[in-house]
Amino acid sequence: MDLLLGAVVLGVLLGCFYAAVSVGLSVSFGLLDVPHVAHPAFLVLASYGVYQLNESYDIDPLLAGLAITPLFFLFGLLAYRVYYETFERRGSDAAVRGIAFFFGIAFIIEVLIILQFGVDQRSVSATYIGKSWRFGEFRIPIRQLVAFAVALALTLLLAVYLSKTFMGRAIRAVAQDEEALRLMGANPVRIKQFAFGIATAVLGIAGALLIIVAPVEPTLDRAYIGRTFCVVVMAGLGSISGTLIAAIILGVAESIVLTLFGASWAPAISFAMLLGVLAVRPQGLLGR
Amino acid sequence: MMKHRNSIVFWAGAAVFLIAVLSMTQIVRNEYPFFAGYVILQFIALAVAWSILGGYAGYVNFGTNAFFGVGVYTAVALFKATGAPLVVQIAAAAVVGMTLGFGVGLLTLRMRGIFFSIATIALAIIIETFVMNWRFVGGAAGIQIQRPPVMAPFDSYVKMLFFVQALLVVIAVSIARYIQNSRIGRGLQALRDDELAAECTGVPTLKLKLVACMISGALISAAGAPAAMYLQYADPSSAFNLSYSVSALAMALIGGTAHWIGPVLGAILLGSTQQLLAVTISSEVNVLVLGIMLVLFVVGAPKGIIGLLRPRYRLRAGGKP
Repeated sequence: MDLLLGAVVLGVLLGCFYAAVSVGLSVSFGLLDVPHVAHPAFLVLASYGVYQLNESYDIDPLLAGLAITPLFFLFGLLAYRVYYETFERRGSDAAVRGIAFFFGIAFIIEVLIILQFGVDQRSVSATYIGKSWRFGEFRIPIRQLVAFAVALALTLLLAVYLSKTFMGRAIRAVAQDEEALRLMGANPVRIKQFAFGIATAVLGIAGALLIIVAPVEPTLDRAYIGRTFCVVVMAGLGSISGTLIAAIILGVAESIVLTLFGASWAPAISFAMLLGVLAVRPQGLLGR
Repeated sequence: MMKHRNSIVFWAGAAVFLIAVLSMTQIVRNEYPFFAGYVILQFIALAVAWSILGGYAGYVNFGTNAFFGVGVYTAVALFKATGAPLVVQIAAAAVVGMTLGFGVGLLTLRMRGIFFSIATIALAIIIETFVMNWRFVGGAAGIQIQRPPVMAPFDSYVKMLFFVQALLVVIAVSIARYIQNSRIGRGLQALRDDELAAECTGVPTLKLKLVACMISGALISAAGAPAAMYLQYADPSSAFNLSYSVSALAMALIGGTAHWIGPVLGAILLGSTQQLLAVTISSEVNVLVLGIMLVLFVVGAPKGIIGLLRPRYRLRAGGKP
């Protein structure tokens, strides 16, 4: 029983971390309808950026994540511009090729990372990594707690941004009715581009969390395709509060399966849940 | 009349191809060309099979690796349990692949676009996880395979596999060609352009998609079945490697999916480039070239090589010129 309780606690921590890595996709895919299969690859790329800064200049991983955030924002602006010009504007047949486009981008990033860093696992060093708190029977690694706190703050901050600020509301408006926005004199493409930039920028911090929680390897993005899309679809497309709930459900499920059946079944959990959600309730928990 | 002559030319070409392959196995002594050639043939079969669902119907399947791995492991399990000959292994793999295609289709083909694609990745991972936990075929560590003695006209097993794969290519291409010219193909094309409109005009969309998914799955699994004998080894992470998915998809889209010749051209071009690069540089650069080519073609030449060669396909398949 204690074992199960420990698994649930760790699962909640893990879940908040999953929310942080998925929340960008919740904007880019959930709100903007971009088939962003390369989202997890961008995430792993961010982790390697953080690793590089930590390795060469001994910068704290969280600060390093913050440092690459502006770069990722610009990267996101560029990526959306290319996607818009080549696919979204041309319409009809573009959907199929848009998916293939992001799939190709994901593979290119994966290989570039392999060529630069090799296939070995990489990790960062910081004072809070490696220690853990003991609560009687079970212990919680401090790295998990740090990731949990930062992830929760990040997700809530983005939720507030999208619901309270002018730009955030504009982003939600463009998701609801692009044409109406156009008629009111706003340029929906620029708003979408900005939103995609935000969604990518968030990955700077999320990538830092990814490498804080566990070592990363170039092909890690494949596992996160399942996790991030599972969370976003289960949440209901574009719902940020749903993202947090869905991520915690996934985290707890993974943690319990890990404890009861062993690590070899863990990769399939997110994908199985994704299939289940798609089959039973495609609009998600809090669908729009 | 025209169509009839086309058929004669096609079947004559297929026969010449098979005779050429067969005589090559008898004349050439060096085994290396067969080793490299087998991989290229395998990619042709995969790309052609992929394009039946991904090209004609426009459902981007990321799960080629699921069907491929299922083919590999059907062959492995059958061989380990009964020592069945290669032909039986391939036939069994095709049947299992078709059944899987039916199941996958029922589960996922109601989803549109990206949801279908993600669901196929999900299936691949789930099946891989099951195989990893399946002790009989070696689990995550993999399994060694002892090739049985080679059969009559061939003097080495690799040469025989080369011929078998060539045969599978001919089967895949002729099925793809048949579908393209039949009511099925026209129905698939209609639902790709506008699924709702197709449904409204009486095209049985779900049934057609199911058929396409079953045939595509059967062909991919069949093409994967000899892989265990080829490598004399099988393990889940290489049998279910996502690079099979990206290769099949990239080769088909780069070649162009409006005509069966597109995936064949794409696979020959990229497959032989890959073989050269793998020998001269490294296998990572290989995947990099594949990815960059895919992105360039998807952005710059949406109808692939055949679209560049023959503008009329651009008119026919794209709707807008």
